[in-house]
Amino acid sequence: MKKLLALTLLGVVMTTATAQARDTDEVRLAIDVPYEPFVYRTPAGELEGFEIDLGNELCKRANLDCTWVEQSWDGIIPGLLSRKYDAILSSMAITPERENQVLFSIPYYNTPSVWITRRDRDIDINDKDALEGLSVGVQRGTIRDSYVTQMYGDTLDIRRYSSSQDVANDLVSGRLDLSFEDYPLAVDTFHFKDDDSEFKKIGESIKKPVSIFGKGAAMAFRKRDRELAEKFNQAIRDVYADGTYEKLMKQYFDYDLSLPVGEK
Amino acid sequence: MEQLNAWFTELLSGNAIFTANTLGYYLDGLGSTVRLVFLSLIIGLVLAVPLAIARGSRRKWIKWPVFLYTYVFRGTPLLIQLYLIYYGVVFIEGIQDTFLWAILKDAFYPALIAFTLNTAAYTTEIFHGAIKATPRGDIESARAYGMSRALMMRRIIMPSAFRRALPAYGNEVIFMLHASAIASVVTIMDLTGAARFVYARFYAPFDAFLFVAAIYLCLTFAILYLFRYLEKKLLAHLKPING
Repeated sequence: MKKLLALTLLGVVMTTATAQARDTDEVRLAIDVPYEPFVYRTPAGELEGFEIDLGNELCKRANLDCTWVEQSWDGIIPGLLSRKYDAILSSMAITPERENQVLFSIPYYNTPSVWITRRDRDIDINDKDALEGLSVGVQRGTIRDSYVTQMYGDTLDIRRYSSSQDVANDLVSGRLDLSFEDYPLAVDTFHFKDDDSEFKKIGESIKKPVSIFGKGAAMAFRKRDRELAEKFNQAIRDVYADGTYEKLMKQYFDYDLSLPVGEK
Repeated sequence: MEQLNAWFTELLSGNAIFTANTLGYYLDGLGSTVRLVFLSLIIGLVLAVPLAIARGSRRKWIKWPVFLYTYVFRGTPLLIQLYLIYYGVVFIEGIQDTFLWAILKDAFYPALIAFTLNTAAYTTEIFHGAIKATPRGDIESARAYGMSRALMMRRIIMPSAFRRALPAYGNEVIFMLHASAIASVVTIMDLTGAARFVYARFYAPFDAFLFVAAIYLCLTFAILYLFRYLEKKLLAHLKPING
């Protein structure tokens, strides 16, 4: 504790010495829990996951004293703008609409989205006529919501849910025919890779168009906090460069979600 | 119509959020909300009349089940009732093989059932109170005329009870409209659902929610106005002469 205090004090001295804003030494990072394996709580209540580890690593490198703030997804940008925390590190994909509101760091990962249905169903996702009148469940306000709204608004009956667990429930019960879900989230919620899973993935994994799916997930800051964003950008480049990113990634994933560094 | 369209496009140009597209969502939402609230109120009202009479019965086996029903539905949040009916019934063994599933599969009917049962419980209590408040003199006069209990109910008690219940029932209608805002949690695109959708898309809470608040306000005023009118008409004989 004393050490931490000393470090913080040192940080304060250093930052005031370089005449930086006071709020850069203590940074509150917002995260939407749970989103395994990116972030989840252990039975003991501790926050854990890829993004927690990555965030802590980035903060260490940028010499920042970070704390985590839990915030549900649909209020996460307004919370940032109203200064409830200083940055979002919660798998937020970069999109033009969001760029109007916030300042993004360079992206730190990118995952595709997938179509999920029940194992006993036979649906050809590329046959638009066959999709007519089928229902699809998505999480409200996500890029998957934008994608199905834009691409399948006239074909599919789109139902919007607050959580992907609710989507899974209604897919099991037969209220829904399809779900369109983020790949890691689908692995976690629908367990479609397991042999005894009730669900399966159909069609290709989808990462395009970039106008909807964005350029990957990045941290988000208030537009004025350019310096803070730049610190994290440098830290992201660093963890990529020295292999720390890959080490962390392999701890949690059996697939590659890294990006060419600096791609935006 | 063409002209109106052109005028609308002109009005909305230079505005990122309220495009013809998002306004369409609000309009659909208005339709869902009105349909849901109107149907649940009508069915709830039809259920509430016999239930209110039963609630006032002297026979315990008639009275207590109704009391239990209104007690449970008034004592728990509507949101919980909706969750139980929408997500809960899925877990009833074999329900998906019965004809009921065709109804419960949709989001609309579970919501309608929850709303109807809820408003019926409140309306039952409102009517029960109004029936109980019937002046003794009215009943004695009816008896003196030799009316049977059923006739007395139809001609004397119910009409006067309806009138007395009117102001309280007007409130219930407004409460129901406002309570219907939770329909969007089970994926119904009602007014609130439309607002949440627009909000989630543009991250503009004030634009999305103030607009929808204004629509709710208009609906509330329409209901208020309707009940004012009904009260003025039906309760005219109760007004002080020089009032």
